[in-house]
Amino acid sequence: MNSIISLNGVRFLVLVLVQVIICSHINFLGYVNPNIYILFIILFPVKNNRSLFIFMSFLLGLIIDLFLDSGGIHAAACVFIAYARPIILKFSFGMVYEHQNMKFNTVDFGAKLTYITIMAVTHHIILYSLEIFSISKIILTLQKTLFSSIFTIILCVLLIIIFSRKSK
Amino acid sequence: MQQIINFIIRNKTFLLFLLLFFISIVFTIQSHSYHKSKFINSANFLTGGIYNSVNNISEYLSLKSQNQILSEENNRLKSLLFNSENTTDSTYTDSVTYNGLYKIHTAKIIKNSYSATDNILLINKGTKDSIKEDFGIITSKGILGIIDNSSNNYSTVISILNTTSNISAQLKNTNHFGSLTWNGESPNIVQLTDVEKIAPVKEGDTIVTSGLSSIFPKDIHIGIVKDFKLDIAENYYEINVTLFNDMTNLEHVHIIENKDIEEITNLLNSN
Repeated sequence: MNSIISLNGVRFLVLVLVQVIICSHINFLGYVNPNIYILFIILFPVKNNRSLFIFMSFLLGLIIDLFLDSGGIHAAACVFIAYARPIILKFSFGMVYEHQNMKFNTVDFGAKLTYITIMAVTHHIILYSLEIFSISKIILTLQKTLFSSIFTIILCVLLIIIFSRKSK
Repeated sequence: MQQIINFIIRNKTFLLFLLLFFISIVFTIQSHSYHKSKFINSANFLTGGIYNSVNNISEYLSLKSQNQILSEENNRLKSLLFNSENTTDSTYTDSVTYNGLYKIHTAKIIKNSYSATDNILLINKGTKDSIKEDFGIITSKGILGIIDNSSNNYSTVISILNTTSNISAQLKNTNHFGSLTWNGESPNIVQLTDVEKIAPVKEGDTIVTSGLSSIFPKDIHIGIVKDFKLDIAENYYEINVTLFNDMTNLEHVHIIENKDIEEITNLLNSN
């Protein structure tokens, strides 16, 4: 139990620092930045206290907002995907999730990719519609959502592969 | 009463979600209106300190290009100085009083941003160096933005690449003025709107600050006219302006303090 708390605490701090120091200043093609900090929400243990989880996600988003001077857009997007996570989990993993004994290391790759993709795309849609905040610029919103989501998904999958333990 | 409490306990996750989502939305809306983001900004001890220590390392990476920019500015100032010595006359006293009105501080950008639609920069000077809200920021090449919030050691700057930014600007050779805004698309093109139809706009004209706002002095360079067209009502020009500044490569900046700003705002508010 203690190792879970310390693991998630370290993950929280490292992801925030990597995000604000490196990832938000990549500006690939002028505007494409990955948001890898959502890995914290993606990899949070499935068996959890939901209120605490939603509150932690809010805190994570708010700290990112503090660093990037972006009001509350990251906080809103994080809270939303944290609340919607059980539904997305059920959709992507089906029976494995409902038996309440799944671990992210043991599920198959296809389902995991579906799960990460849905989480990232939902997050980015909310993030960029709040950032741009104007219906007349919907093309710009969708364009930013698409490219940043692809970048985020690739980086998240790579990070999960690099840091996963061989526990099979 | 019992039922209300039961309802709250049953739906506590959903209610917590609603509450936190609502708070985030309030912060977001605040950040979209000018000068309102008082709580969530990076001009504080923690974020400013982290950005400062990261900048201490990363500034070495851009040393070469920054040196180039500084030596270009030196060059320009030297040529101004030598040319003015040859033509010392009565206008010289004018420029002394001109300098007396504005006080210049130097500062360094420690967080640059140009990819969002509301870009906010962070500089390493704050209230300790008597930097306050509404001071203008320029570089050697042109204008950059206006100070938004200040803490002890750091200040946030609303960049001209911000959709809420609105700065008064004019054509250099005539006095037709308009307001400088940004549509959120390209980081080196801004828009000058509300310029009268009768103004003689040409491609390649220089755009400068108008000095009407009491934040920036007159005649600070902004950019050149890229293209222009009439707006939908056909009364005003909408001009695309290519900036002189490279907004993606910024390090050394100057803060302009107008010493009479209090007097001017008092006068304007009393009417």
